[in-house]
Amino acid sequence: MRFRFTDEHDMFRDTVRTLFADRCAPEAVRASWETPGARVSGLWEGLAGMGVLAALAPEAVGGLGMDEVAFVRILEEAGYAAVPEPLMEHAFVAIPALAEAHSDALAAAMEGSTTITIDLDGSDIIASAAIADGIVTVVDGGLAFTTGHDTTSVTTIDPSRRLGSVTGGTTIGLDGADVDLAHDRAVLGAAAQCIGVARRLLDATVAYVADRHQFGKPVGSYQAVKHHLADVRIAVEFAAPLVYRAAWSMAHPETHEPLRRARDVSMAKAQASDAVDLAARKALQCHGAIGYTFEYDLQLWLKRAWALSAAYGDARHHRDRVAAAIGLV
Amino acid sequence: MDLELSQRHVDFRDDVRTWLAENHPGRIASMDTPDGFEAHREWERVLFDAGWSVPAWPAAYGGRDCDLVEWLIYEEEYWLSGVPGRVSANGVSLLAPTIFNFGSQEQQDYFLPKMASGEHIWAQGWSEPEAGSDLAGIKTNAIRDGDDFVLNGQKTWCSRGAYADWIFCIVRTDPDAERHRGLTYLLVPADSPGLERRPISRLDGEPSFAELFFDDCRVSADHVLGEQGQGWAVAMAAAGSERGLSLRSPGRFMAAAERLTELARSIDSVDLRLRDEVVDAWIRAQAYRWQTYQLAAGLMDGAEIGSEASLGKVFWSELDVELHATALRLLGDRAELVDDNDWLDGYLFALSGPIYAGTNEIQRNIIAERVLGLPRR
Repeated sequence: MRFRFTDEHDMFRDTVRTLFADRCAPEAVRASWETPGARVSGLWEGLAGMGVLAALAPEAVGGLGMDEVAFVRILEEAGYAAVPEPLMEHAFVAIPALAEAHSDALAAAMEGSTTITIDLDGSDIIASAAIADGIVTVVDGGLAFTTGHDTTSVTTIDPSRRLGSVTGGTTIGLDGADVDLAHDRAVLGAAAQCIGVARRLLDATVAYVADRHQFGKPVGSYQAVKHHLADVRIAVEFAAPLVYRAAWSMAHPETHEPLRRARDVSMAKAQASDAVDLAARKALQCHGAIGYTFEYDLQLWLKRAWALSAAYGDARHHRDRVAAAIGLV
Repeated sequence: MDLELSQRHVDFRDDVRTWLAENHPGRIASMDTPDGFEAHREWERVLFDAGWSVPAWPAAYGGRDCDLVEWLIYEEEYWLSGVPGRVSANGVSLLAPTIFNFGSQEQQDYFLPKMASGEHIWAQGWSEPEAGSDLAGIKTNAIRDGDDFVLNGQKTWCSRGAYADWIFCIVRTDPDAERHRGLTYLLVPADSPGLERRPISRLDGEPSFAELFFDDCRVSADHVLGEQGQGWAVAMAAAGSERGLSLRSPGRFMAAAERLTELARSIDSVDLRLRDEVVDAWIRAQAYRWQTYQLAAGLMDGAEIGSEASLGKVFWSELDVELHATALRLLGDRAELVDDNDWLDGYLFALSGPIYAGTNEIQRNIIAERVLGLPRR
């Protein structure tokens, strides 16, 4: 028992953090909102070049052979930077599924010449559909892969979602790919991003209230404000370890059968969703009116919070899954 | 990163579990009654004789030299087994770390084994009528006179102070010094002449804490812990322990969450909203567990718990309240019944959590100022 990330984990995380800081600043996110198909300039290529897109693919096929414990921290960083690209769907769900099925589409996805999203619950509205070349979906209880589809964009409060509805296209089965695992990956990936979004909301708000003065002193010196932010810090402190714990369960199927993994993943998403919801509420309250504007960048993370908190099941949904796992039905 | 128990840890867990199952003393009276206090002292002796009273201590003082992970496993098993609570907790959790850090060899050799065996049960004498969360406002005087200090003043909210054998106090040895200066950490025999103890009844009527009145009470200068005048620094080392790991380990809340889940299972058609609260409490107990294992890994690599201890104090104390409040809601109109209602006892105890060891408002200030770096004023 040693719950500590390795130096390698930290270095990988720091490298990706630097990439996001360089190429995915708030103005880059906003630029990607201008047209439905726009991308963050140079980001996808950068992620591909560093091997991040192929991190979970086995080394035998040219991937990095990393595990989920390493990758949830990358997704945390994606949340921290409000990355509007389907990194989670592509690298954390689709690539492992394509690899398990030995799909012909794997190589292009690994090198980043395609972008893959997911639709695992039969929704008529799909995240990142507007920029996706392919969709990992579920047909007759198994995973399948759709390409050549037509997309109609759907407007969302969080333009980073790039939602769309899809018609047509060609779908082939991904035999050998695990649909339950893919679902749990999406849930855990969303949870990890929630942690990053919550951390960013907290950092931004701490900086703001230390700087903003009213009644002759920083608003962050008032206890009412301090206590809001202390509560957010606590929520993040006790949600993040469940995300890492669930990643460990997923990375060790030999000791964590699927029901145990699902329970751990749902615990993580329940706490992470609650944490990011709280962070968003308190961040907006502590910013006051400036946080309510489109001009101010806080909205990038508020909207990510709203979307990701509910994405792939909200806190209540996942507590229901945990209830079943611990014999409360 | 490794989140599995090693074979050594699995064996350790099995040893603890087996011993507790074979030596479970059954139900004994509340430790806040005279008979219950002595029954709990006897249980401490049983634990001590088997080497299970202070497993994290060095073997020389009755422990097993357990590492932090083993201690967390021990705590999980201890609370899950349902054996009686620890009447020695104030001494073992709050005072012992200070004795290990600041005590002389003589003090360590004298006090630690007696604490481990339950021969000495300790109470904390820090709070005063005018010094609660603002501990630096302590006024109780201790004036040096020959080989003794002469104490005058009043302490209050002294947990188990009505029955304890010894009291660890913070007193003002320099009456001219202000606030944090001029304080001294002093160990006081509870039967000292000039010390009068008046029990204070808790919400349930039991005398769980006491007021202490010092009237020219003489205490040997040998019982100063650390240096005279350094009481604040010495005490703060223990304050970290109290808020952090050592006072309320995750095992306690994991066990309570299991019992809450059993309670919910035993009720036909639990309201969905209540069931959601049960699951939330269960998940939060797990969150505290894994946050603690993460913290423990850092500590074992040489990190220290600083102000971050306040994060845990708020989390576990509020989890404890919610967990018991949920149980009472499940019990409905039977929740108010006193006889054999552990959930009500637990709820009353839990309600003190956000108050003692520095109120949660103070903890949130600490988090905001020292963890987040917000301006003090």
